[in-house]
Amino acid sequence: MTIDVPTTGRSLPQLQPISFIGADGRLTDTPTEGLRIPSDATLTGLYRQMVLVRRFEAQVTHLTRQGRLATYPSAAGQEAAEVGATTALAPNDWLFPTYRDSAALLTRGVPVAEILAAFRGDWHCGFDPHEYHASPAATPLATQTLHATGFAMAAKLKGEDAATLTFLGDGASSEGDTHEAFNFASVWQTPTVFVLQNNQYAISTPLREQTNATMLADRAAGYGMPGLRVDGNDVAAVFAAVSTALERGRNGDGPTLIECLTYRMESHTNSDDPTKYRDAEEVEHWKQFDPIDRLEKYLRSTGALDDSSVAEVAEAAETLAASVRDAMNQEAEVDPRELFAHVYATPRTGLAEQQQVLEAELAGAELAAAGQA
Amino acid sequence: MSVETGTTPTTDPTAVNDETGSAASANDGASTATANGTAASDAAPAPSSVTMTKALNQALRDSLADDDTVLVFGEDVGRLGGVFRVTEGLRAEFGSNRVWDSPLAESGIIGTAIGMAMNGMRPVVEMQFDAYAYPAFEQIVSHVAKMRNRTKGRVSLPITIRIPYAGDIGGVEHHSDSSEAYWTSTPGLTVVTPSNPADAYSLLRESIASDDPVVFMEPKSRYWMKETLSLPVTTAPMNRAQVIREGTDVTLLAYGPTVRTALDSAEAGAEHGLSIEVIDLRTLSPFDDETVSESVRKTSRAAIIHEAAQFGGYGAEVAARLTERNFTYLSAPILRVAGFDVPYPSPKLEEFYLPTVERVLDALESWDWEL
Repeated sequence: MTIDVPTTGRSLPQLQPISFIGADGRLTDTPTEGLRIPSDATLTGLYRQMVLVRRFEAQVTHLTRQGRLATYPSAAGQEAAEVGATTALAPNDWLFPTYRDSAALLTRGVPVAEILAAFRGDWHCGFDPHEYHASPAATPLATQTLHATGFAMAAKLKGEDAATLTFLGDGASSEGDTHEAFNFASVWQTPTVFVLQNNQYAISTPLREQTNATMLADRAAGYGMPGLRVDGNDVAAVFAAVSTALERGRNGDGPTLIECLTYRMESHTNSDDPTKYRDAEEVEHWKQFDPIDRLEKYLRSTGALDDSSVAEVAEAAETLAASVRDAMNQEAEVDPRELFAHVYATPRTGLAEQQQVLEAELAGAELAAAGQA
Repeated sequence: MSVETGTTPTTDPTAVNDETGSAASANDGASTATANGTAASDAAPAPSSVTMTKALNQALRDSLADDDTVLVFGEDVGRLGGVFRVTEGLRAEFGSNRVWDSPLAESGIIGTAIGMAMNGMRPVVEMQFDAYAYPAFEQIVSHVAKMRNRTKGRVSLPITIRIPYAGDIGGVEHHSDSSEAYWTSTPGLTVVTPSNPADAYSLLRESIASDDPVVFMEPKSRYWMKETLSLPVTTAPMNRAQVIREGTDVTLLAYGPTVRTALDSAEAGAEHGLSIEVIDLRTLSPFDDETVSESVRKTSRAAIIHEAAQFGGYGAEVAARLTERNFTYLSAPILRVAGFDVPYPSPKLEEFYLPTVERVLDALESWDWEL
């Protein structure tokens, strides 16, 4: 006698990361699990956006060192995952980013000043999530994975043709919310794509001290959902995998976990010293896998890019950098009265009393300033 | 008096129904003023005996019927109808796309409710027991409470989080916590707790309809309390406390499970010639300063009763707040009659932990009544 249990339907991702364009700029012969390389036109657009976000990250990091922003977590080196995944979204889809995903928000069309409002200290979220179909960047790790799952569940219940995409990192993969989101999404078969950017470090803790799993994409099998591991520095692979997963979700086939193997070239934020936990050789090693260099080589080889188009993109990146500087050099208006404005939909008397305390302080400060003038 | 429904506060012993659940037999039975609250509609059925669970169940049913965006999910709320049967029959009536059993993970329940609310839904979720809401603490405190402010009002989260709470049901460890102070000390949350079936119905309807997230705390020991009632019923609005027994010597403040204790104390006090006014706070955050201060200024003495431990508890805020606002009217310090500052005890010891009528009256006696 045997216990009646399912014996089919479980599959593990292939060990070799899915990749179309190798570090040398040539097509690889890696198995791609049925995915197809995007067109040259799509890849040219992805190239342009990656160059823009790299310049953006460099400019913001520089301004942070100058003290214009309080702190900044850069995704330099992770442009392929940020841009490839976000570009795959349809307008109706929703993005659920983390604090390291400013590049994704920029790709989603959120204006620079609105993305950076949080890091400049103006307000915790500077943009309207409904306008860009992007949730506020989550700071508590992995919490946004559940929001993406719930949002997708509501879309499914309403019969909307929409999916959600959420980013998380290798560190966040250890959080309980990640487990709960994978499980809820798979049990409910929500149209959710989990893009796990495995950038090798959670601040300073290396992957080998984060997990004993062979690879993080393997976890998907335990939740009964497909998992893929892609070369996260190959934007062609990221775009193809995420596009297909979003489509699966919209077709009612449930969630997908996509692990993007990549590397954080900068420190966690401007305030840590990466030399304490990783050596220069390791960083140099990863430079060989640069996502932009390889795509440029490839697109030059197909004739989709040439010196003049590369120069044009570089110029657009400088224009973007100038607009970042302009935006950050303007002092943002903050209104202390706004502290009370948005906490509740229903006004509270107790809060109104505290607002009067602040109003009196402000009036006093204005009088004092007038007296000095 | 600032009671808005214009009902005469009385206790009504005729409403007592002795067919009570065994776990609640010790305290069961009385009706409070809100039982006679304004009937909501002219088509209301004839009054019948209604438990708090039945009233809550009907509130969920009516909310689901009135608004397609209302969703009910959580652990065992579908087929079983919840461990306290509050959601009984709802899955059969509205289907598993409106009412369903979720995987067993409280952070997952709240986290996904947030996403659903962002996408236009109005989730009503259950944390099976007070202490089982703790895994969801981060989602509630970091997101449910803060999303609206974070997005300058662009993203509202109209979520109702139902939490059965407090003790006196002979529960094993982790089934009797009074967790209200965790929620009341978090800006962005509204915290509501009914003490009787009529309020349970009316306040839950209002909580679900609210665009602010509400932590709706249901006193487990009162689940089986019955009162004679026609549903639907509309009682005093959310965010307002209610004087449920008038008196002139002392104001007793209570909420949820301790309202019964306060009313019994008032009854016992009357036998000793003490005229005790009882206020059911009903909503803990925001606090109804107007109603409570008016009473305290009249009586000049006040005590607050809760099951939660005293230190740093909700009563500390109430005592401080009332003292700040009414110091010159007070004849005595405001007292807290609360649980001891120990973990909630095992069933055989809970009677020694919980604030009793005797402990309330002893506390009142400790004042210098010559002042």
